[in-house]
Amino acid sequence: MITTQPRQIASAYDVVIVGAGPAGLAAALGAREQGAESVLIVDREREAGGILLQCIHSGFGLQYFKEEVTGPEYAERSLEAAIEHDVDILTDAFVMDLTEDRRLVLMSPEHGVVIVRAGAVVLAMGARERTRGAIQIPGTRPAGVLTAGLAQKMVNLHGYLPGRRAVILGSGDIGLIMARRLTLEGVEVAGVFEIMPYANGLGRNIVQCLQDYDIPLHLSTTVIDIHGHDRVERVTVAPVDEELTPDASRAWDIPCDTLLLSVGLIPENELSRTLGVRMDPLTNGPMVTSAMETSVPGVFAAGNVVHINDLADWVSEEALIAGRSAARRVTGNPHPADNIRVIPGENVGAVVPQSVSSDRPHRISFRVNRPILEDAVIKLGDVRRRRVRALAPAEMATINIAPRLLESFHGDALRLDAFAAAEEG
Amino acid sequence: MRYDVAIIGGGVVGCAIARALSRYELEVILIEREREVGFGTSKANSGIIHAGAHAKPTELKGPLEWAGNQAWGPLHEELGFGFKRVGELIVAVEEEQLDTLEKLRQQGVDRGVPGLELWDGEQVRAEEPNVSEDIIAALWAPTAGVVNPYEATLLLAESAARNGVTITTDRTVTALSSDDEGTWRIDTEEGVAYHSRFVINAAGLHSDEVAALAGVGDFTIKPRKGEEYLLDKRLSGIVSRIIFPCPTPTTKGILVIPTVDGTIMVGPTAEDLDDKTDTSTSEAGAEQIFRSVQRLVPGISRKDVIAEFAGLRSISSTNDFIIGPTAARGFINAAGIQSPGLTASPAIAEQIVGFLDDEGLKLRERDDYEPTLPHPARFAQQPLDEQIRLAAADPRFAHLVCRCEHVTEAEVVEAIHRGAHTLDGVKFRARCGMGRCQGGFCTWRVIELLARELDLDVTEVTKCGGDSWIALEREDVADPTEVASVREEVPT
Ligand SMILES: Cc1cc2nc3c(=O)[nH]c(=O)nc-3n(C[C@H](O)[C@H](O)[C@H](O)COP(=O)(O)OP(=O)(O)OC[C@H]3O[C@@H](n4cnc5c(N)ncnc54)[C@H](O)[C@@H]3O)c2cc1C
Ligand SMILES: Cc1cc2nc3c(=O)[nH]c(=O)nc-3n(C[C@H](O)[C@H](O)[C@H](O)COP(=O)(O)OP(=O)(O)OC[C@H]3O[C@@H](n4cnc5c(N)ncnc54)[C@H](O)[C@@H]3O)c2cc1C
Repeated sequence: MITTQPRQIASAYDVVIVGAGPAGLAAALGAREQGAESVLIVDREREAGGILLQCIHSGFGLQYFKEEVTGPEYAERSLEAAIEHDVDILTDAFVMDLTEDRRLVLMSPEHGVVIVRAGAVVLAMGARERTRGAIQIPGTRPAGVLTAGLAQKMVNLHGYLPGRRAVILGSGDIGLIMARRLTLEGVEVAGVFEIMPYANGLGRNIVQCLQDYDIPLHLSTTVIDIHGHDRVERVTVAPVDEELTPDASRAWDIPCDTLLLSVGLIPENELSRTLGVRMDPLTNGPMVTSAMETSVPGVFAAGNVVHINDLADWVSEEALIAGRSAARRVTGNPHPADNIRVIPGENVGAVVPQSVSSDRPHRISFRVNRPILEDAVIKLGDVRRRRVRALAPAEMATINIAPRLLESFHGDALRLDAFAAAEEG
Repeated sequence: MRYDVAIIGGGVVGCAIARALSRYELEVILIEREREVGFGTSKANSGIIHAGAHAKPTELKGPLEWAGNQAWGPLHEELGFGFKRVGELIVAVEEEQLDTLEKLRQQGVDRGVPGLELWDGEQVRAEEPNVSEDIIAALWAPTAGVVNPYEATLLLAESAARNGVTITTDRTVTALSSDDEGTWRIDTEEGVAYHSRFVINAAGLHSDEVAALAGVGDFTIKPRKGEEYLLDKRLSGIVSRIIFPCPTPTTKGILVIPTVDGTIMVGPTAEDLDDKTDTSTSEAGAEQIFRSVQRLVPGISRKDVIAEFAGLRSISSTNDFIIGPTAARGFINAAGIQSPGLTASPAIAEQIVGFLDDEGLKLRERDDYEPTLPHPARFAQQPLDEQIRLAAADPRFAHLVCRCEHVTEAEVVEAIHRGAHTLDGVKFRARCGMGRCQGGFCTWRVIELLARELDLDVTEVTKCGGDSWIALEREDVADPTEVASVREEVPT
């Protein structure tokens, strides 16, 4: 992997980007292409690339690079593009603080604690994993309970294994991918347990990571107890009813030394919160305009920090917009303000962006709350209807909107609904 | 060699005793069975230095609680662990409880506890705007404080060690015998034996078994479990004082605690058990805690939990502390130290010194006794210009290890050099992994630093000693040839 550590950090940049995952790297490219003269990306890891570096499996890039590549390859291509565009990339550096007047406090072993001013900032801090505490699994607290992402880092980046026999709680994509990885490494995977009646990961991962390796997936089942003093010795699992309450009378024990948790990601918004950016309780990320601008002028955001994406490609596309908008701001050429709010309606969990404008086309991303197994309808106010095969909470969906559809629309809000065609009446 | 005093158990009580004895020209050893001191009950409790009004004057607990309370201020100055006198409010929601508040106030006044005041509901809400409308009155006790109990324990041990006490860990005492000259022989499971004139039993939950080894097993200890839940930083400041419900005869109830680290903790439950190793948390415990806490502070909810743990109180068959010499000459108990044992521990230590004096141990003060420990700077708490200065002087201060609590490499290395051997050891000293991501980010970084600084292999690093390994070599899991053949089939 290539990295270019700048010898010196300037005291001011047109655009400073926090995070060098696919979001940060694409935002930098967008900013340079749109005319920002100086762009700095800061990342706290030793290498740029974000979470992609530990995703050594294939399945990235079909949309954005028109070719299927692995996570590290996707990161490398994104990094090369940024470097070709003379972006400064500073790794092993943590952004501690960000103020409303866009001063960033960075710390890096090489440069110490320094203050950098930015004409515009793009937040691209990604997401962190939910932990045992967040889901409150009762039981003892031995070694061997860890998030799937930490296990992935351990195996793929450092070459160690987390145990000999694992149970995986949660059918999120990281858990599914780790079920396969561990099996290939010789670790026995006793099963994947999911509290919901449906899987939380992408359909293709269920097939390629579990079914192809005969790893059982137990739906409507969860871990209700952890046993072991020093190290995990076994876990108790039990089926749950419709209210998700476990039925202890039907519980059983599984001997294992490792429990991996793949129970969701939370956007990483410490900096956004201290800055006082307005947050959307539905996404746990900042509210953004169609230019990916937050409620603090000059501060933009993209990628998992805004909402959890399943595909890096979408992250890159959305981050290009954020980067371009940041450059437009510093070059004095911003888009006109949004004039239409987008509101989640029937069976829609959250939407991004939360507003659009009628002067140019936009893509709205969203997730449904409950699966619609066949023949689904997505309805955007009265201006657009789209029929799709199916919709699932695990898979992000999108609907596009263009100026011509809004010619006869004069309201200030559009509601987004999703339902089964059969239920329409 | 023959020690003057051997202390069995490195909880806060044993460590406070070790440190009190380190003032004198004595040969002292502390023997602890876990990998590090403080890994027993002393790391898993509410961390409150009780105000001094709670325990009845008829019990040992009463006077020792108040004497201990007063010792924590000076200890904090000398050793530098986190301690804040935040004060406590014992609140009443029903008329009948007003009597209890008054009784507690009188009990405190009689003991000399200053500053006790009865507040009405309005005054309570003026000071603590987020407490429930149902609160009609409270007893305000400004002398209560919060401490980081684990940090206090290990700094007591470190101070003792700097003044000459030998601290041994990973040694479980399994036999005690004394000869005609009055020397005790202390055997351990690990095969090492120690000899000492006096033996102090500070073995917490196991102090009944240790007393039995000395032939004076005339009491038993039962564990009483308490679960505690730590909440996200988002709730920091929801209360600034410790909030107690009105106590019942059996328990002080479930509290809302603004910890010394600025986060909020709620608990504990009180559940009598037989199993001295059962520190599991439960769904029922969580439900009970949040139900009762919401009556005090309605803004608190289970959604905000970031971590949970449970500790075991040592409840003796006398339901009080058991402190003092026994029928076995030279064998002295500091046993059954239930709540408020953390608060009382410095006073218990002084009492033990007194007993040793009575029993004829010569106590000559050392000329070179050094009561203070260096207080390292916590990077995250420094103002910006100080952070810039620290980072310029030592680049390890500009290398972030824990993203939630902003702990730097310099602080982790310092924790390791001052005795942390395990992930938990680093966590409790430097706060790495205590924040909302619960180590998702820093675990591997800390493992690498432990391995580097202690010259270990990554696979030798443990969570808390014993069999709590974290990582395995690939070769140790599966036959590599088998793995290789499987690998070829990986779909690309
Ligand atoms: C296990 C896993 C498997 C996946 N599999 C696929 C797949 O098969 N196909 C696919 O298309 N997508 C996949 N994805 C999704 C995709 O990888 C993510 O959506 C994408 O990486 C998110 O990009 P991001 O830039 O928003 O965040 P990240 O990649 O998480 O990058 C954020 C970066 O910001 C840095 N950072 C955060 N805060 C600070 C700070 N204060 N200072 C400095 N730096 C900071 C972080 O260290 C990190 O490097 C997968 C994701 C995971 C986790
Ligand atoms: C949930 C809970 C909340 C509490 N809250 C408070 C509070 O807010 N304020 C307060 O004042 N008190 C509180 N307490 C009480 C307080 O925590 C205890 O009183 C105190 O920690 C007891 O210290 P100790 O040293 O006696 O026991 P421990 O810390 O348990 O130490 C005993 C040590 O002896 C070692 N040991 C045992 N057997 C052997 C052996 N054979 N050989 C060698 N070593 C051995 C153990 O490993 C252990 O480390 C609470 C207790 C609980 C459980």
